[in-house]
Amino acid sequence: MKYVEPVGETPIDRQRVVGRPTPRIEGPLKVTGRAHYAYERHDVVEDPLYGFVVGSAIAQGRVTGFDLAEAKAQPGVVEILTTTEMEALPLGLGNSTTLFGGDVIHHYHQAIALVVARSFEEARAAASRVRVSYARTPGHHDLASIADTAPFAKDGDKGPDVSALGDFEAAYAKAPVRIDATYTTPDESHAMMEPHATTAHWQGDKLTLWTSNQMISWGKDSIANVLGLKPENVRLDCPYLGGGFGAKLFLRADAVLAALGSKRTQRPVKVMLSRPLVFNNTTHRPATIQRLRFGADKDGRMTAFSHVCTSGNLPGGDIENGVSQSRLLYAAPNRYTAHRLAELDLPEGASMRAPGEAAGMMALEGAMDELAEALGMDPVELRIVNDTQVDPENPERKFSNRKLVECLRRGAEAFGWDARNTTPGGRREGRWLIGHGMAVGFRNSIPRKSAARVRLSGNGQVTVETDMTDIGTGTYTILAQTAAEMLGLPLEAVSVTLGDSDHPAACGSGGQWGAANSTSSVYAACVKVRETVATRLGFDPAKADFSDGSVHQGSESRPLADALGAGEIVVDESIEYGDLAEKFQQSTFAGHFVELAVDAYTGETQVRRMLACCEAGRILNPVSARSQVIGAMTMGVGAALTEELAVDTRYGFFVNHDLAGYEVPVHADIPHQEVIFLEELDPVASPMKAKGVGELGLCGVGAAVANALYNATGVRVREYPLTLDKYLDKLPAIA
Amino acid sequence: MDEPGYFAVSRRGVLQSGAAGFAAGTVPGASVAFAAENKAGAIAVSRMPVRLEVNGEGHDLTLDTRTTLLDALREHLHMTGTKKGCDHGQCGACTVIVNGERINSCLSLAVMHEGDAITTIEGLGTPEAMHPMQAAFVKHDGYQCGYCTPGQICSAVAVLKEIAAGVPSHVTEDLGAPMQASNMEMRERMSGNICRCGAYSNIAEAMAQVAGESA
Repeated sequence: MKYVEPVGETPIDRQRVVGRPTPRIEGPLKVTGRAHYAYERHDVVEDPLYGFVVGSAIAQGRVTGFDLAEAKAQPGVVEILTTTEMEALPLGLGNSTTLFGGDVIHHYHQAIALVVARSFEEARAAASRVRVSYARTPGHHDLASIADTAPFAKDGDKGPDVSALGDFEAAYAKAPVRIDATYTTPDESHAMMEPHATTAHWQGDKLTLWTSNQMISWGKDSIANVLGLKPENVRLDCPYLGGGFGAKLFLRADAVLAALGSKRTQRPVKVMLSRPLVFNNTTHRPATIQRLRFGADKDGRMTAFSHVCTSGNLPGGDIENGVSQSRLLYAAPNRYTAHRLAELDLPEGASMRAPGEAAGMMALEGAMDELAEALGMDPVELRIVNDTQVDPENPERKFSNRKLVECLRRGAEAFGWDARNTTPGGRREGRWLIGHGMAVGFRNSIPRKSAARVRLSGNGQVTVETDMTDIGTGTYTILAQTAAEMLGLPLEAVSVTLGDSDHPAACGSGGQWGAANSTSSVYAACVKVRETVATRLGFDPAKADFSDGSVHQGSESRPLADALGAGEIVVDESIEYGDLAEKFQQSTFAGHFVELAVDAYTGETQVRRMLACCEAGRILNPVSARSQVIGAMTMGVGAALTEELAVDTRYGFFVNHDLAGYEVPVHADIPHQEVIFLEELDPVASPMKAKGVGELGLCGVGAAVANALYNATGVRVREYPLTLDKYLDKLPAIA
Repeated sequence: MDEPGYFAVSRRGVLQSGAAGFAAGTVPGASVAFAAENKAGAIAVSRMPVRLEVNGEGHDLTLDTRTTLLDALREHLHMTGTKKGCDHGQCGACTVIVNGERINSCLSLAVMHEGDAITTIEGLGTPEAMHPMQAAFVKHDGYQCGYCTPGQICSAVAVLKEIAAGVPSHVTEDLGAPMQASNMEMRERMSGNICRCGAYSNIAEAMAQVAGESA
């Protein structure tokens, strides 16, 4: 189905199954330990060998030699593969540096050897006996020291990544109220609970990878490219993965080394990156330095708006696009946004949940709070005054549906925003200083091609097959809901098979595009299934109504199963998009509100309340959609208060590379969280009239927390995360 | 560029003496030579028989003594409900209940558990007959990717028992009063179980429901 015009009324609009709060259909398997992840495929792989990855101990330079005598003498060792025994492997999609091969070291903990042994214990012990010699060379490891000389990033073939409208400098100089603030965000780690893991097995020239990957078709093409295989000889299978948040978008060393180890030993080999290896071996969200300058009239209307973001990456790596939302969020006639990219010899920077906006809005929405303060204006009203219904850089282009103002007003009311104290540091309850903060959430909705197979058989059993993944997002359930709604069947009649590359290629899980596009592919397939059913039953496909296991037209009614006497119906279909995304800006919106308590004596912070009011089109399953948002809000608290990969700028690596040193939020940090969804449909975005929420829930949260800290204490911290050392000595006098 | 300094005692030497001392001191009855190096530097693997009682069923295994309880469950008994998230006691995904108390099974050697009663997520319930805590996690959506979930549930079950037994925590305000399964009391005790998907708010509600039902 090519989606070129907004759809009218569809069977989905009935919302008998779609849109209803529905517990996850795979839930009972997960809570009883029966869902099998990549390293646990005893159901399909017998007696695998164990691979243990050795990471480089230097960040930059060359491996000059291996001494494997001692490691090879260890009991149980079957094979040892080293990086110097082959040329650097080609890059997979999205990789900016090679995953294995060659003697050049690009980053710390780059994979340099794989020890394959009969048991995990034997592989690990032998890996510790691999002796490596290196020639270390100096590199650039400190973003701040080279940021000022970093060149403008390139916007594809279009030259420097700079966007200008009107005359920013002149308007800024004339503006009666001005803000000039520089914020920094640190390197962050996805830290999903399941480390990267793959079980590999060759049968002849055919390779199967049971792996943990968000994007099965990308992964299949990448491993084929990296190892020089025909894609049709590769199968990936990933029914479950233990989180990803972007860390598993692209092929990583676990998959490559499991495949190489299995090839060499002619046995199944499984590899899980040890937790301390994950942080430097794989990818991270790059740190940013962001300068924001706003000029506004006294009524709060911005006349001049500038946001320049600087980040670093390995040569060939991408920017952390912190200005993405700034080009679309607020009206201002004179604008300047740009991105600078420094070459940095740290591990590979790449996408982490809401790449761009997550870091960009921590800065933008903090600076907006500063502007509200300078104007003496309610921060909510400042956002409303500067709302736009069109793309500010291209006013001909409207938003498909933009209900940001409604999100803010409704969220503020539900949160009790008006009852807050407006004098920073002015509210004290016992030992606690209490503050409130808000921020806007904004993230685009991205149409992407996605395919699925729908099989209708038996008495009306439906099977949905696609290589789409469920990374905790609730895919299993929303695909089943979609098929059940379209075919007028109960949810229990639908089973869903995910993550198998032998099935039609879906959009995958990334960029908060998974839900809208993958359900749209099932919708499209079901449209065709309905046509076949109606035709077989002698009904008009345009008029037939599918409900309660039957097909109805006028006064006539026949059981759906009657259509299956002539055999099962199988439809492979995809959703593709025309130019609606060029004609209309498609985005999602939120108002985030936070209440924070700060210990007046120790500076300890405690988030007391959080509320998000979101607009993301149709909410397909309010249960899993809400979970996506609260999970993202939780990640936002971490980004605001604790999460930071500490860079050793002498040797070029992330020092705190485990879950004790890299502090993600725990139960004690997170209170009850409220989420409100506006009841909106966006037929421009997708035939499901849905957009995404998984990243929207993160965007802006960090700033809302920081703004609450300012309101509680009167201390403005522009350097994330807001750790004690940055404000303890500035807290209000205690007595 | 400055080169890092080297310690006079090599890390390997410390580990060897430490491992031998630990093994000799804590595994009585082990009959195999410990950490004896041959000339090529290879360590002879030490194996021991152990009988693990898992979910009421006995399993006789002969294990490399370095095998953790976690890996014995996952790799030898093929009970993969118990998850490996960090393998060194920082995430809680491997939580199981041993003799009524929750432990990180990655921090415990399997051979230390001869005769212990071990309950894993598989033993709490099945998809067809879920434990009340498992059912509450499904109802309140107390998970997303599902990887930390077995550990969260094992911890949650044990936490409610700890509270019922009056075991104090860092946030217990009155040690003399009857222990309450309050929101903060539960959250404090659950803080060793990381959920990166961020299902904490929902897990708290699942636990509150079960605590209310059993109160």
